[in-house]
Amino acid sequence: MDITGIVAQLVFGLVAVLTLVAGFLTVTFRNVFHAGLALVGTFFGVAAIYLMLEAEFLAVVQVLIYIGAIAVLILFAIMLTRGLMQSETSNINKQWAWAALAIATLFLGMFLIILQVPWVHSGGAVYLDITPFLGTQLLTTYLLPFEVVSVLLLAALVGAFIIARE
Amino acid sequence: MDIWSFITNPLVSLSQLINNLITSILMSLGIPADITRIVVFLITGIITITILLLLAPGMMMYMTWLERKLVARMQDRLGPNRVGPFGLLQPIADMIKFLTKEDIVPEGVDGPVHLLAPIVVVIPVILSFAVIQFGVGLGAVDLNLALLYLVALGSVATIGVFMAGFGSHNKFAMIGGMRAAAQIISYEIPQVLALSIPVLLAGSISLTGIVQAQSGLFGLGWFFFYIPIGPIAFLAYLIAATAEVNRVPFDLPEAESELVAGYHTEYSGMKFGLFYLAEFLNTFLISAIAATVFFGGWQGPLVAQIPILGVVYFFGKTILLITVQLWFRGTLPRIRVDQLMNFGWKRLVPLTLGLVLFTAITLPIYRFVMLALKGLGG
Amino acid sequence: MTLHIPLVYYLIVAAALFCIGLFGALARKNAIAVLMGIELMLNAVNINLVAFWRYGSPNPVSNQAGIVFALFVITLAAAEAAVGLALVIAVYRSRDTVNVEEIDLLKW
Repeated sequence: MDITGIVAQLVFGLVAVLTLVAGFLTVTFRNVFHAGLALVGTFFGVAAIYLMLEAEFLAVVQVLIYIGAIAVLILFAIMLTRGLMQSETSNINKQWAWAALAIATLFLGMFLIILQVPWVHSGGAVYLDITPFLGTQLLTTYLLPFEVVSVLLLAALVGAFIIARE
Repeated sequence: MDIWSFITNPLVSLSQLINNLITSILMSLGIPADITRIVVFLITGIITITILLLLAPGMMMYMTWLERKLVARMQDRLGPNRVGPFGLLQPIADMIKFLTKEDIVPEGVDGPVHLLAPIVVVIPVILSFAVIQFGVGLGAVDLNLALLYLVALGSVATIGVFMAGFGSHNKFAMIGGMRAAAQIISYEIPQVLALSIPVLLAGSISLTGIVQAQSGLFGLGWFFFYIPIGPIAFLAYLIAATAEVNRVPFDLPEAESELVAGYHTEYSGMKFGLFYLAEFLNTFLISAIAATVFFGGWQGPLVAQIPILGVVYFFGKTILLITVQLWFRGTLPRIRVDQLMNFGWKRLVPLTLGLVLFTAITLPIYRFVMLALKGLGG
Repeated sequence: MTLHIPLVYYLIVAAALFCIGLFGALARKNAIAVLMGIELMLNAVNINLVAFWRYGSPNPVSNQAGIVFALFVITLAAAEAAVGLALVIAVYRSRDTVNVEEIDLLKW
């Protein structure tokens, strides 16, 4: 009876269920502001999954960028594009039945494939503070993508500014 | 556990004693080691959380007392002095008022959003208290990424402010909420850049690492004294963090509630009490962070021999910085929203970017020179 | 601790989140809701990448390709959300609607 394993699996089950429920609410809420708030909940759930995978830096960056910046951006855009009347009509468009069918098929297919592939588990890592190694690798092995992404962010910044200007 | 460690470090010794006591009780009852470990972890965790949750509102209450007395004296009048000696029981009276006031919920308000907004504003602040190191080894958790964690939680408050503005079904509240959100996200960048200066100087993002890197010069080697980058970074952080938590002179989102409306205009009773709690806890938090990263936190003379002095130093520095914030409140006028945006984007962001660039370029050169001098001398 | 939870669980959660996001992107009327579905899909992909980093590489500390990849995906998601939302706001300004069923013809 491995108590740590049982506790770990319980925690994982809880976090996974909360994340999927929040994701489901994001795509089914009629009021798009409420859907935005459910999206924030999903982001927190995904950050918790990163913590369980021992990627703490990524979890904190997820909260900082996705919730602190992207979710705020989405909420600002929702605020700025509200109609005069907050219409409570259905928020699902005409092709939802076909979409649901295709997606159910896709999920079933992926589920079966995932269960059948013989995944190779490498040995477990010793727990260390991996952030210094991440920083070093970002600036040595992955320096080119790092610089390209910064140029891309500059382009996105200027582009968004110009498109949304009056 | 001898008497000397009990005298010089009572809190840590007490917690170790309780830990050992509970572990031995549970082991003697025949419970296997695995489950004992988990139960002890849960019990000590609950005790720590209870202490923090009692400490935070208690400090907030006496900070409100300090603010009213201090601002009153600056304005040449006495503060509250009727309720208890020197008005010391005034915060308790305020708390009773908040708890018993009627909770007015306007019609047409977006139910769950309106209800959850104060909670989403308060919870990140209380979560941030978990990583503050109140003394030597006296933090609830010692994260490797403590400073980044604090920054990330500061950015979650934006969502709460948005929810408060949107859920109130009031045009002025919504505009106030959007302005407050814009202010918070604009001043996040200078705040993060100013906080990355101590990270560069200490080589670590954990608060314990940053505090321990300031231990030179008999415990007075604080980053504030690293002229010229220390004081400028501290000033930039103080200004940016004051804007982040909507304190004077950046309290336009709240001042609107005196003139027209603000994002917490439709809140009364305990919900407003939660916003008020969040504001004062935020003030304490930014003073604590500034004291830890720029002034050495629990670092000071003789801390290695008598660790309990660390708590005294930490609270002394934090209360000093809180007093500076309250001094701002008593003296400075409010900034207009366009001046605020102008100052944030056109002055603070280039300043902090330049500071980071300067530090990153000169720090290796300085270290190399110091190493070379040591090599020549020794 | 991670090896108590099999890799398959993480992959299934990521697949489910991806399918939920795909439903949001295909079946919603509001253009911003479609963008939210896209963000869900990107998050699901990130979970996959990090799970494979943790379970798949023999030395996760010195080979952090998975985390670096996920970090770049987060950055690109931010850039794409910014530009996408700017486009939605611009369309709202000229057409006064963000309903994707109504924004289906260019100027004729």
